[in-house]
Parts: sequence; structure tokens; C-alpha cells
Amino acid sequence: MNNRLINWFKFASPAAFYPLAGKMIPWFAALGIAFGAAGLWLGLFVAPTDFQQGEGYRIIFVHVPASWMSMFIYLVMAFWAAIGLAFNTRLSGMMTQALAPTGALMAFLSLWTGALWGKPMWGTWWVWDARLTSELILLFLYIGFIALTAAIDDARRADKAGGILLLVGVVNIPIIYFSVKWWNTLHQGSSVSLTKSPSMAAIMLWGMLLMALAFWMYSIVLALIRVRGIILERERHTDWVKAILAGDKS
Amino acid sequence: MMHWNSLADFLAMGGYAGYVWGSFGVTALIMIVEPILAHRRQKQTIFRLRRQMRAEARTPSEGST
Repeated sequence: MNNRLINWFKFASPAAFYPLAGKMIPWFAALGIAFGAAGLWLGLFVAPTDFQQGEGYRIIFVHVPASWMSMFIYLVMAFWAAIGLAFNTRLSGMMTQALAPTGALMAFLSLWTGALWGKPMWGTWWVWDARLTSELILLFLYIGFIALTAAIDDARRADKAGGILLLVGVVNIPIIYFSVKWWNTLHQGSSVSLTKSPSMAAIMLWGMLLMALAFWMYSIVLALIRVRGIILERERHTDWVKAILAGDKS
Repeated sequence: MMHWNSLADFLAMGGYAGYVWGSFGVTALIMIVEPILAHRRQKQTIFRLRRQMRAEARTPSEGST
């Protein structure tokens, strides 16, 4: 039992992953709260006023982490979809299902905070430029994935159809990321430049990185909570799930 | 180290209060509501599967699927 050599492939089976996920949730939640508290402290109380955008720039501390996570979660889902299609592993489809709602919410938050930032700085809530439009397409891809997989009753077939959609849609991620370089857009390039005042930019950068870590931990926690429910649902006819349901532990 | 002179100063956000708090507020709302809904759904799944299992146990002839 105390063998230090952990067999990681063991956790690819839902029966092994279910209890592991349950044990990991409080740790990731604690890390997320710690990172979030530190990031908010730096972002809202310590970081100085931006010389161009005043206090309005503080939206960056939620906008950039949400945008990064919206793209990163999609890449993770596409990764699981590829694994699932190639090796027919059961857990991969469950992971894509568990991640999709949080990814969609991150894309929504990216657009929402972006609109609230665009209005005072550009004078408009929305423009059809490359960065904004490709991020909107990302939100539609998430919604499309959720709707497509919900419309197919057989879980394994839903995973396959959804997986193909994810892999086709992954082309949108580099388009979002490089859109500010490839096209002339209203959206600014890199958000924090280290060339202004070094100490000031460093505090902003640290606040943003801590917030990004907090968003990362949040997404992991939500995916783990959701995947546990999906595992129970899909594996309900197995003996180990029946044993869990028969017992009092959840 | 503290950047603000007063609470009112902090809340005003240099005139950008609606934009800044609109961003942080909706983000906070989603990050409170989504975990609650996800957790509740997990509990409901367990509750429903338990009920199904008990129902299947009562009718053994149909419980073999």
C-alpha cells in the first residue's frame, strides 16, 4: 500500500479516479482561495493607478484570467477528445463533459468584462473585430458542444460526436491568440508591459498571475465536482458504484 | 502600501465604479453560484441513483439489465 511508485495509469479508470478526485477537491479549493485572496489584495488594494486608464484598468485582473482559462479549458477538452477518440478511454469523454460548462462561463466572463472595459476606454461595448469575434465563436463552440452531446442519448456516441466538434473547433484557439498580431484590431496587444515603471508593472503582473492561478484552481475544482457525478451516472451498473451508493459515504 | 484613502474612494474606483464592480461582481456571482449548482447536482445524482438501485432491488426480475 505504501509503495512510492504510483502507477498513474491506474487513475485512468473511473473506479480509481472517483475517490482520488474527491480527495483532491478540498486541496485545490484551498489553493484557489489563497491565490484569489492574494491576487485580489494586490489587484484592488496595492497596485497603483494606471497613468492612461486610471482605475478602470483594474478590470484586467478578472478579464485576462477569464480569457486565458476560456482558451486553456478548450485546449484541455480537445486533448481529452483526442485521447478518447484514439484510445477509446472511458474517462476522457467524462472529462470533456465536466469541463464544458466552466469553459463556457469563462468565455462569457471574458466577453462580459471585455465589454465593460471597452465602453469607457474605446467608447463602445462591442466591435466586430478579430479578437472579440473569435472569442464569441469560442463561446458558441462551447454551447454547441454542450447542446450536441446533450442531444445524443448514448453517452459513448455523444463523446465521439462532441470530440470531433472539439477537434475541428481547436483551430479557433490560435486565431484568438494571434488575432491581435495578424489583424489591426481595437483590442490592445500585450496587457501588461514591463517597460513603463518596473515596480508598478511587476505588481500588476503578479496580481494578474495570482488571479490566473486562482481561476485555474477554480476550474479544476469545478471539473472534479462535475466529473464525479458523471462517473457515478455512467458507471451506475458496476459493483463499485453500487457499493458507494449502498454505503453512506458520497 | 494601501492605495486608497477611504472606503468611498475605493468604491468610486476613480469614476469607473460601474465598469470595475460590474466586472468583479458578475465574476464573483458566477464563481459562487456555479459551485453551489454543481455540488447540488452531484448530491441529486447520488440521491436518484440510490432510489433507482433500491427500486431495482425490490423487483429482482427486472434488475438484471
